[in-house]
Amino acid sequence: MNPGVSVENIRRNGALYVAESRIRQMSKWKGIIAVVAVGNPLFYLVAIGIGIGILVTENSGTSGTGGVEYIVFIAPALLANTALLGAMDETVFPVMEGFKWRKMFYAINSTPITGPQIALGVFIAALVRVAFSVFVYWLLLIAFGVLSFQDSWMAAIVAMYGGAAFGALMMGVVAGVKKDDYFLTVLGRLVITPLFLFSGTFFPLTNMPIYLQPIGWISPLWHTTELGRYFGYGAEVSPTMLSIHFLFLTAMLVVGIKIANIRFTNRLLK
Amino acid sequence: MSESLISARGLTKKYGDFTAVDGIDFDVAKGESFGLLGPNGAGKSTTMRIIAATSRRSSGTISILGRDPEEHGPQVRAHLGVVPQQDNLDTELTVTENLYIYGRYFGLSKKFVKGKVEELLAFAQLEEKKDVKVEALSGGMKRRLTIARALVSEPDILMLDEPTTGLDPQARHILWDRLFRLKEDGVTLIITTHFMDEAEQLCDRLVVMDKGKIMAEGSPAELIKKYSTREVLEVRFGSDRNKEVAPILSGMCDRIEELPDRILLYVEDGEALLEAITAKKLHPNTSLVRRSSLEDVFLRLTGRSLIE
Repeated sequence: MNPGVSVENIRRNGALYVAESRIRQMSKWKGIIAVVAVGNPLFYLVAIGIGIGILVTENSGTSGTGGVEYIVFIAPALLANTALLGAMDETVFPVMEGFKWRKMFYAINSTPITGPQIALGVFIAALVRVAFSVFVYWLLLIAFGVLSFQDSWMAAIVAMYGGAAFGALMMGVVAGVKKDDYFLTVLGRLVITPLFLFSGTFFPLTNMPIYLQPIGWISPLWHTTELGRYFGYGAEVSPTMLSIHFLFLTAMLVVGIKIANIRFTNRLLK
Repeated sequence: MSESLISARGLTKKYGDFTAVDGIDFDVAKGESFGLLGPNGAGKSTTMRIIAATSRRSSGTISILGRDPEEHGPQVRAHLGVVPQQDNLDTELTVTENLYIYGRYFGLSKKFVKGKVEELLAFAQLEEKKDVKVEALSGGMKRRLTIARALVSEPDILMLDEPTTGLDPQARHILWDRLFRLKEDGVTLIITTHFMDEAEQLCDRLVVMDKGKIMAEGSPAELIKKYSTREVLEVRFGSDRNKEVAPILSGMCDRIEELPDRILLYVEDGEALLEAITAKKLHPNTSLVRRSSLEDVFLRLTGRSLIE
């Protein structure tokens, strides 16, 4: 063994080594990541923010959106959505690749690096992507005059936090997927799309019939969006609800990482 | 035996009712090239995973460099270089990047790994491909890269699971040459294979495994001497006549094996037996005299061929 191999060093920094290699892998897609990070917000801001925004404002003013323009109302939701989708991309696909498609996690685990370190490394790299995408989106919102630089930075931070919580949960879920035949289709069509539509993204959740509101209550997108509205433009959210939003996302983060750790360990240690 | 790097006693692995490894004992000495020979499903890869601290045993004991792999997984794996049965390389990264990131997983400094990568590219004869994405490499190149990757930490023990399966003869010989050099450099090799020629080429000592058990242990020459004769005469009389002639031939040799397409006759002098058969006017359609091999040992021990 080379004297430079230090198990103690790997115990401390193993997750960072995994994150380093994940970022290297991500950098192969840097063009696409950059185009998505800039293009996606532009499409939404122009089509929904301006196009639908004019329609909403002309018909009901700002009464239905808490006294702010429609584009301001949806901005924190779009920021949160970007964070959650970025986190999903950088957890679902690497975990499927690592365990099933290219089985690279088994190669990493034949070094001193453990399953939980691999999980944490993938998670850290996902956060880097989330931070980048949210930051770009936030800058565009400022450039469009939707949010103000000084008052809304916390909205970007909570969006990242929501992305982290959702990414952790996705990692825990996907680590248990053995057959991927329909998983990605079901995830995209039956989980992500309803979350996007029923999480108070384009209208207040309370506009929905009461029997549909629970979709929002269990949605990390709704909790992140509500926090974003509070921190982004000062929307009215009670201290109790603020605590609930934070606690929900924190619970998702902790449980997701816990499940991921257990599943990574068991799946790698046959 | 000199200093033992690996020692297993009563090693057992069960998956539900199925016993993959059934109470095996073995020791591997420092600098030794140790082989696990057996057909698919014999328990070789499972044994390798237990040694590599990536599989929990059901019972028995195993010690690698004095440590229990279940309790000290990372410490044990720090000493190992693992070449799995399937190349789990990152196909989207280049050859150099694959070596580099693997070195980093061992916590090696960027400076050291960069230097080591150059050395390994030369060892694996992949210098010209160093900036090529792995997905564009041939099977033999990928295999050499996987072996080079396992060497990045300069391991004490290199574990190779079916290192040449799926490779063409030329690629196999290049790989054998690389492995032979490592053996000469004193690296301890543990190799699983179902190719008898590979085991004979690379292993100082081996165990023959079947259905999770060790059937025999020794050097290739010892095993052949103990379980077979010096030579084998292979004769073919046509599938209908083989059965008819076999009883006559059985009295003329030490041992006889009837395979679907040919008869194997175990003797010390194959040419002399062929002359005796011809003298009895039993003219085979084809005949071949060859040295006994580990295939014959396996056939003797299990009654089955290695490659089925």
